Amino acid sequence: MLKVNDLKVNYGGIEAVKGISFEVPEKSIITLIGANGAGKSTTLRSIVSLVKPASGTIEFLGEDITGKDTNEIVSRGITLVPEGRKIFPDLTVLENLKIGAYTRKDDLTDDLNWVYDLFPRLKERHWQAGGTLSGGEQQMLAVARALMSRPKLIMMDEPSLGLAPLIVKGIFDIIKEIHKQGVTILLIEQNANMALQAADMAYVMETGKITMQGSGKELLEDEAIKTAYLGKKKTTLG
Amino acid sequence: MDFISKNLPYLLAGISVGGQYALIAIGYTMVYGILRLINFAHGDIFMVAALVTVYSTTVMPLYLSIPLTLIVTVALGLLVERAAYKPLRSAPRMSVMISAIGVSYLLQNLALYVTGGLAQTYPSIPFISNTVQVGPATTKMVTLVTPILTIILVFALMQLINHTKIGMAMRAAANDFETSRLMGIKVDNVISVTFLIGSFLAAVGSLLYFTNYASVIPTSGAMPGLKAFVAAVFGGIGSIPGAVIGAFIIGICENIIKGLGWTTFSDAFTFALLIVILIFKPTGLFGEGATDKV
Repeated sequence: MLKVNDLKVNYGGIEAVKGISFEVPEKSIITLIGANGAGKSTTLRSIVSLVKPASGTIEFLGEDITGKDTNEIVSRGITLVPEGRKIFPDLTVLENLKIGAYTRKDDLTDDLNWVYDLFPRLKERHWQAGGTLSGGEQQMLAVARALMSRPKLIMMDEPSLGLAPLIVKGIFDIIKEIHKQGVTILLIEQNANMALQAADMAYVMETGKITMQGSGKELLEDEAIKTAYLGKKKTTLG
Repeated sequence: MDFISKNLPYLLAGISVGGQYALIAIGYTMVYGILRLINFAHGDIFMVAALVTVYSTTVMPLYLSIPLTLIVTVALGLLVERAAYKPLRSAPRMSVMISAIGVSYLLQNLALYVTGGLAQTYPSIPFISNTVQVGPATTKMVTLVTPILTIILVFALMQLINHTKIGMAMRAAANDFETSRLMGIKVDNVISVTFLIGSFLAAVGSLLYFTNYASVIPTSGAMPGLKAFVAAVFGGIGSIPGAVIGAFIIGICENIIKGLGWTTFSDAFTFALLIVILIFKPTGLFGEGATDKV
């Protein structure tokens, strides 16, 4: 569905992404894991053209979308749940949802009912200003807002960041639920454990390059990954 | 009774001037709300609108000249945004502000060139130039028309901002450009709409404002522009209701001061007010808590 080919992106004067290639097949959950500053966010941001790639190509559903305007990419069916949620604090919850569907011109009633079913809390609070929600609720709103564009591919940038463990579990349940309903997911996470458990396929990024790839299960078993990202000590002593 | 008949004209004039300031102030406050830019050229766009009316009425009837004024002013506002602000979208805010000051002087000097430095007689617009008797006071129709028209336009604008898709996009862009882009909003278009509305209201304001004056000179926009800017700061820059209320308060106070016989100090009052606000309540009457201003 999404094919990234030898993508290089400069960001803030440095080459943040140094030629990476990966693929997101339809109806899969793919995750990119890696430390802070590895270039994960920059990769997602360049897919939706918030930063322009220096070279390389991005293909979506067989068409080249490299460097196209963000609004065009969004209307083609890619959406990004940005890091730090970035809901609109002065807009009501309902307006935040409506603005998620900005590129659409058809009726939103079914979609509103869909996201209200997924997140009943948002229905209760639909009249409240987005800025008054708790962190977990804001994350739900950010995901729901992204769903309102009726995406084919939803990309999430650190959805668990700064949330309590119980809420993180709730967010991952929702991710699986959305996936079950046929949306393809590209997830970046520092919470590698959760992400690898959910993912069909995972890529590890280090300083702008993909250094390892494999199924979620394979990487969960990998010793190097365990040490670097899962916070487990090496069991074999040398 | 004597008190009323003595002060009523000043109060009426104050409400009227307040409405005219309000129409200009909305342009300042909306542009600030979305770009965090004080558009110093706004007062001069207001002046150019008056010159367009002056020149166009010499060659065409008023019913064509007024729409032409509105169109040319809006086009100028959009052009200024495209040429002087858009290329600096990712530049530091100070650069954009300096660009705005440059545009302000450019427009004043272009006007100086075109007018040859001579005061241009402002045409009298029928109906709003007519005199009318309000109780004991005699005034021009424009005094009564201004506040009513202002309130209608502000009401329409609030409807647009709070209840339409483009209005929602404007409020979203005022919160966060990048996330607005992510939603598929064309932020540049939203900014253009903001300048369109601001310039349109400034053009309407110029028709009303200059009806009270005999002529237009290249610096005619500077003083009302500054007063409207103070009104926007007073109301809390970024807030439309704030700018409107601030403008009416300033207009009324200025004219009451004139009525008290202290005409010399009426301008000084407005700017003293600016200093007092900036010291004691920099966010104004309805401003947000944020203080990341230029």
